[in-house]
Amino acid sequence: MTVARKINALHFGILLFLLICFFTLPAYHVGALSRIMVLAIYAIGLNILFGYTGLLSLGHAMFFAAGMYGLGLSIKFLGVSVVLAFGIGILSAAVLSALVGLLALRTAGVSFMIVTLMFAQTVYLVVLYFGEFTRGDEGFVLQQAERMLAGFDVTTEAGRYFVAFGAFSICLIGFSALVQSSFGKRLVAIRENEERARMLGYDVWRYKLLAVIISGTVSGAAGALYALLFGYVGATFASVQYSILPLLWVLLGGAGTTIGPLIGVAFMFYLIDASSAYTSAYMLIAGLALVVLTMFAPRGIAGILRTKVSPWLP
Amino acid sequence: MAAVTLLETKGLTKTYGGLQANTDIDFILKKGLVTALIGPNGAGKSTFVGMLSGRTAATSGRVIFEGRDISQLPAHKRIQLGLAYTFQITSIFTGLTVHENVALAAARTVSADGNTLNAKVHQTLNQVGIADRADQTAGDLSYGHQRLLEIAMGLAQEPRLFILDEPTQGLAETEINDFIALIRSLAGRTTILLIEHNMKVVMATADHIAVLDQGMMLAEGTPAEISANASVQAAYLGKTVDA
Amino acid sequence: MEFGPHLMLASLEGAVIASILVLTAMGLSIVFGVMRVVNVAHGEFFMLGAVLAWYVSTALGGHPAIGFAVALIVAPLAVGLVAAVSDQLILKRINYDPDRTIVGTIGMLFIIQQTTLMTFGPEARPVEAPFNQRLALPWFEFSEGGLQMIWPWGLSITSYKLFVIFAALTVLVALWLFLTRTKIGLIMRATQQDSETAKAFGVPVGTVYSCVFGLGAALAALGAVLVVPIQQAHYLMGADPLLMAFTVVIIGGLGSLPGTVIAAFLIGMSDGIISVFFSPTLAQIIATFLVAMILVFRPQGLMGKAET
Repeated sequence: MTVARKINALHFGILLFLLICFFTLPAYHVGALSRIMVLAIYAIGLNILFGYTGLLSLGHAMFFAAGMYGLGLSIKFLGVSVVLAFGIGILSAAVLSALVGLLALRTAGVSFMIVTLMFAQTVYLVVLYFGEFTRGDEGFVLQQAERMLAGFDVTTEAGRYFVAFGAFSICLIGFSALVQSSFGKRLVAIRENEERARMLGYDVWRYKLLAVIISGTVSGAAGALYALLFGYVGATFASVQYSILPLLWVLLGGAGTTIGPLIGVAFMFYLIDASSAYTSAYMLIAGLALVVLTMFAPRGIAGILRTKVSPWLP
Repeated sequence: MAAVTLLETKGLTKTYGGLQANTDIDFILKKGLVTALIGPNGAGKSTFVGMLSGRTAATSGRVIFEGRDISQLPAHKRIQLGLAYTFQITSIFTGLTVHENVALAAARTVSADGNTLNAKVHQTLNQVGIADRADQTAGDLSYGHQRLLEIAMGLAQEPRLFILDEPTQGLAETEINDFIALIRSLAGRTTILLIEHNMKVVMATADHIAVLDQGMMLAEGTPAEISANASVQAAYLGKTVDA
Repeated sequence: MEFGPHLMLASLEGAVIASILVLTAMGLSIVFGVMRVVNVAHGEFFMLGAVLAWYVSTALGGHPAIGFAVALIVAPLAVGLVAAVSDQLILKRINYDPDRTIVGTIGMLFIIQQTTLMTFGPEARPVEAPFNQRLALPWFEFSEGGLQMIWPWGLSITSYKLFVIFAALTVLVALWLFLTRTKIGLIMRATQQDSETAKAFGVPVGTVYSCVFGLGAALAALGAVLVVPIQQAHYLMGADPLLMAFTVVIIGGLGSLPGTVIAAFLIGMSDGIISVFFSPTLAQIIATFLVAMILVFRPQGLMGKAET
């Protein structure tokens, strides 16, 4: 089998597995998987920038929040249709990521991390400041009637699962195509050796900006989807914690791999799920995982698979 | 065939703080020739080619490539016009395979079609003699092979001007001989600007030699003229000028 | 109250904020200056100092001054020790790689914060100030009878707040003497200049790094012990000092100690003054955004020199 066939087989296998899960697993896990798939889209968004381009953003929550509030506020205050609201959500994230990219890409390394962190903090504070509309930390709920996606009810367990599944399928396939394209290879080249890429005639700055925009827009789509499927919009999703979590998922699953984000989210979800029986301080698990990962397994689960078992993993 | 001017600099100057690294360099590079740029350490050779390729911003002066003023263009635009550059300190994508390294270099000029690209990569690797290592991770190659890979990345771009910054530095004697053969095989087809310390390489490959000393162009000429030039010997070869 | 006395009150509050901030930011700045790493867990070391101060003063009982005095010594030492140990256990083993250090210290942030939540609990707990007399302050005014001294109602400061300002200044002077006059301080500064050369001269760079990391954390803890009689101890209290300290270090020029002191003073004062007159959230939005823009357009900081 050629490498391209193997990769396609792997991705379709994963999607088939997720489909089978719906028909075989109990309701609790079906609900959990819907959430995992949406958050995996968010992790895919960060992975494009961090895993493939080598730019570590500590502020991706602002893009997630842009998608979430873009959808939520336009439904609540403008009364537009869900499809249009979804478009507004994605557009908000795209515009925000273009602006952030234009500014933050003037810096590199540690400064880039701090600048993205500061921009995200600004967005978070803005959400709190306009509490009259956003309801701040408390957030607001989208009513069932407001959550009909083109006549399709996403408030049922099945509706939610299949919308999440559809969106995740599109993202995974698109993501896989992106990283195997010449564009994706150039992003990896920039991650590996930026100066060499520039001296091969590539406009490094433009590629990085595109990576920020694609990454931010995908993260925003995840935010809009989350608000739509789970009916809640709140400032927590704009906080630092929601910038750190996708980083954790990507590191855990394997930065710079296509299957890493899903593995990371699923693993972390069930780890926290299991630990919540013992403690309310579940972020302790996240902290321990970050320290252990960065010390002993900086390549994550899929990264280990790639070095030990199957070097062709995309 | 009369030699046509490919690249020209006018009054090219670089100042670091108060220090003049390059002063008012007027230089003409002829098409189709191998030109060697020599000079003692700290003469400003790397600064000079840095300003040609756009890695270093010039303080003043102009760079004209194929009749076009490229002084204001950023590095990647100049590369797109047909300059290729190999680094003094080996710079490759260590985490990618040899094949991927060369493919990245070739992909900008060769059509996106996978087969054409693969053929181009294979041909280039053959040319430098490391085709059997195509699937190795570049970082695992020996130092000599990494230098060859970097040259391959330059060749794969089919440059109109190929700038090599001390390509033989750190190579073994046999590898140097292979390098000389490689440069000779390119002679006439590709214009080459070679920065080189090893006089054996210079004498074996260069059609034309330019000597830089203390940031200024000291002399230019054929290898025979330069060997006979007394001031070059004083400045560079370290010999005293005998009366 | 009229504008003049109001402004004076705001400036005094600002001076108190600046005093705490300068200690916290110096800790972050020293760590960055010597080790070239960004410690995201710095705010949690601050929080740990405050929480330990509560434990110490509660355990000792008696006059509040006893507990406070003991906490002033015990908390920074204990927090410094925790930091030095985590440096040895974690940061040293990832070779202070900038990216991995950020991820590692984010992990430490959650470990410290959540462990505190599990032991200390989610409540905010007060520590009583050792002394707390209210001192009324005079204001001068021109009126028909010439210059007059009046005592506007509400224009006052507590003796404890004056003590905080005084204590912070003392610590700064001590720190300066430590860095310039002692052998350990000299070794730290030599390592900051060039760790490779320092290593070649037989400086145990690994140990120096642990000491520096411990010192940085201890300074944050010291600031927290000073603040805890004014602001209660809480497991989430580390976030604000972290962002403020970041701001100060960036504006002062990354790693520049004099820049840090000046920036801490400016930012503490303006924070105190702005939050008296404006909505604190709006002030924070403007401040955070401005700091990001400074990093974007003047990465060497406002006081730093451009690198050539």
